[in-house]
Amino acid sequence: MQWHSVNEFLAMGGYAFYVWGSFGITFGCMAFELWLLKKRSQRIAQAVKQEAF
Amino acid sequence: MKNLDTKTSINWLKYASPKTFYPLAGKLIPWCVVSAVVLIVYGLYIGLFVAPTDFQQGEGYRIIFVHVPAAWFSMFLYLLMAMYAGLGLVLNARLSYMMATAIAPTGAMFTLVALVTGSLWGKPMWGAWWVWDARLTSELILLFLYIGYFSLQAAIDDKNRADKASAVLALVGAVNVPIIYFSVKWWNTLHQGASVSLMKAPAMATVMLKGMLVMAIGFWLYSIAVILIRVRCEILERDSKAAMFNLGL
Repeated sequence: MQWHSVNEFLAMGGYAFYVWGSFGITFGCMAFELWLLKKRSQRIAQAVKQEAF
Repeated sequence: MKNLDTKTSINWLKYASPKTFYPLAGKLIPWCVVSAVVLIVYGLYIGLFVAPTDFQQGEGYRIIFVHVPAAWFSMFLYLLMAMYAGLGLVLNARLSYMMATAIAPTGAMFTLVALVTGSLWGKPMWGAWWVWDARLTSELILLFLYIGYFSLQAAIDDKNRADKASAVLALVGAVNVPIIYFSVKWWNTLHQGASVSLMKAPAMATVMLKGMLVMAIGFWLYSIAVILIRVRCEILERDSKAAMFNLGL
């Protein structure tokens, strides 16, 4: 373990904005991609249902 | 080759058809999602808690745990997309084109992530968000190639022609990938050289390397999961009536 306190961990040696910004954007983009795909799947499922009946 | 073809042709042909590939992909997705989550969480743990502070770049270097895997997959997924596009042109196989189409958005996403996280690294380390360095410029061109690929597909109404035209673009653009990879060797770039290479021992602490590799495998599994979900959407959208009939939906 590299850290002595939560604050020290959050501060990232003064690079907080850059480090947390990078991690946030990376996982934010991945989550956004999954969300878009979920929407798309739901749309298709609905269209397929409508075609069926 | 002939011998091999006759021996394995049944299996290969079976999974080359969208109809049989669809349920297979459905079975693989949950495994990929679970292992991706486990590996990414483990990679984050190594990257944020176990890996020591860098003696030159302080804590700011921790960006590499997302930046480097994202940059690797921006290039690797482009090559994979170009390979499927090429396979589509050669075999005229619909599923290959669908795979290429399904890979592109994830590749573009990782390219964007590599550029933005690189920028967030560049500001504190170089004092600039962006420089027109060979590595950065060629990675930006990669993003434009991905965007060109989608735009071309969207611009042509006939799906078959759209697939062929964009496949040619994907193949021609593949020449950019080795340019990105070797740019730090070929030109005098501000971007640092490769810390990890197949040819020599990595120039970084083992624990840092481990964190990066675990994260990269996690990103790989994430990519497989997302691409399989998207290719299933493609299959249904492109042929929803036929698909509905075949899959009993």
